[in-house]
Amino acid sequence: MSTQPSTTGPAGHAHSFVLEFEKPIAKMEQEIQRLEASQAESGRDYAEIIASIRDQLDKALREAYGNLTPWENVQVARHPRRPLLRDYLQMITQDFCELHGDRLYGDDKAIICGFARMAGQRVMLIGQHKGRDTREKIEANFGCAHPEGYRKALQKMKLAAKFQVPIVCLIDTPGAYPGVESEERGIATAIAVNLMEISLLPTPIVAVVIGEGGSGGALGICVADQVAVMEHAYYSVISPEGCAAILWKSGEHAAKAANALRLGPRHLKELGLIDSIIEEPLGGAHRDPKAAAANVERWIGRSLRDLRRLKTETLLKRRYERLRMSGKFCTTPSQTVETKPAKGRSRRGAAEPKAVSGVRS
Amino acid sequence: MAEPARKNVEVPEGLWIRCTDCSAMVYRRILEEELNICPECDHHYRINARKRIEQLNDAGTFEEFLPDLESTDPLEFHDRVSYKDRLEKVKAASGEPDAIVVGKGFIKGRQVIMGVMNPDFIMGSMGAVVGEKVAAATERALEGTGKETLPLVMVTCSGGARMMEGMVSLAQMAKTSAAIARFHEAGGLYIVVLTDPTTAGVAASFAFLGDVTLAEPGALIGFAGPRVIANTIKAVLPEGFQRSEFMLEHGFVDRIVHRRDLRSEIARIIDYCNK
Repeated sequence: MSTQPSTTGPAGHAHSFVLEFEKPIAKMEQEIQRLEASQAESGRDYAEIIASIRDQLDKALREAYGNLTPWENVQVARHPRRPLLRDYLQMITQDFCELHGDRLYGDDKAIICGFARMAGQRVMLIGQHKGRDTREKIEANFGCAHPEGYRKALQKMKLAAKFQVPIVCLIDTPGAYPGVESEERGIATAIAVNLMEISLLPTPIVAVVIGEGGSGGALGICVADQVAVMEHAYYSVISPEGCAAILWKSGEHAAKAANALRLGPRHLKELGLIDSIIEEPLGGAHRDPKAAAANVERWIGRSLRDLRRLKTETLLKRRYERLRMSGKFCTTPSQTVETKPAKGRSRRGAAEPKAVSGVRS
Repeated sequence: MAEPARKNVEVPEGLWIRCTDCSAMVYRRILEEELNICPECDHHYRINARKRIEQLNDAGTFEEFLPDLESTDPLEFHDRVSYKDRLEKVKAASGEPDAIVVGKGFIKGRQVIMGVMNPDFIMGSMGAVVGEKVAAATERALEGTGKETLPLVMVTCSGGARMMEGMVSLAQMAKTSAAIARFHEAGGLYIVVLTDPTTAGVAASFAFLGDVTLAEPGALIGFAGPRVIANTIKAVLPEGFQRSEFMLEHGFVDRIVHRRDLRSEIARIIDYCNK
């Protein structure tokens, strides 16, 4: 029962971490664990009680996770036990061949790149890693990349494009690093150049937001032909805390800001800004990382297979139309526009990609 | 979205004004005649898009594109006030439908496609309308005369993406950058003039993709707002951090150009690039 002090590292901490709205759920989980242990020890049969608690647990999870507020969803996306890039690497890639460095300044550990085999294909994997334990977190700067991270990503993406290797991007960052060195080395330029150059890369690109999609820092490697956001991930123009600090003059109103920003993937799908929502196992990816990873893998496999059927010219034309379609959020009351309408706006249906049918768990 | 800079405010009200930078008393009319630059210390005040267009273009040559484009408020955003109300108020106060004016004009006889951002409109922030106008203007420059592309000049002034339009705003970064990508691919000349302030989502998209990047003196230019950075690193920022001169020193700006010289500088670059 007693835990050795040496085993209570940050990972142990993360394991015991419970979100506020999950407290009753955690209690039931503990109870099940306790009963199972005692069953094994004493040989008595608690199966019935356990089954009934499991039923309750299932119901509680369904209730809690079926009605997450945007702010609760953000908390799940940031859950300390939520699978990170390194976990996905382990679960869904084989033969990972990491490639380091941006050829200009250094090797940013917040963005990990390399060849990999996944979903039956050879791909270039580009992903953001937040770090699991303290050492890793510091090394990865908590997933906040500096300019060299974005430049490294672009350099590897160009390599992939040169040899027609499709690109898979896994997004998980609170944002690009807001620090002095970041500015000195041109973080704005680095992201801008990525947005520009990735839009022209002649190879299929898919992206999945697996945790946090923090603003420009996420977008910097999220220009793609198909974009999915996981059910409990979020992708936002600004962090709810940042938004609250500006509009409510206090970061404490983050929950209100999350509501106002309509965080969570459903609204993005409704607006047509993303293609798919990847379902997570009941109670979030952290309850069953394998199942979550399998869904991600399936979506990537399907999307890449669909995209590979397109000629490069069609692929790039479609990519541009997809990026262009966000113009549909403008109106002209007088209808006296003399400029020809943007392609994306007039052909909304066509601009929207053929949806890769919903991924089921 | 970054917060506005501390110092480089717009010209204060009144007949006589005290320069916010050097504290000299300046007659307002003189200041305005001097392109909104303090005659004593050369401080460049922010100016609105219409004034800028007048200053940069040959008299009477500017023709605006998409003048009526408005936001659809895709999130039906509410903070302490609704975005709709905020828009109505800003529209009434500024007389503009959104934060950028784009069109066709002439600079010293050279035809250009131009976009000028407006600090008066929610800090020049980029939502769907700004993104659409930038992309449309870029496509116009790409079409050019039918035979050749036209030079594209963007005068940026923005706090970044407009958070009241959420991810629609972020999408504009990718959209404008993709449009610029095609323009570069076609051999188009893109000149950017960075003015105070150019930060966040606009800096990290079309503002930093020029062939030639000019900046007005003393402008705040960067990705994260200075207050955010100071909070992150828990330290006082170095003097002049993220100003034009700092950006020049760090290699992200080609030239710092006095407002008075912008017309001739742009014209000369167009000539050097054979456009």
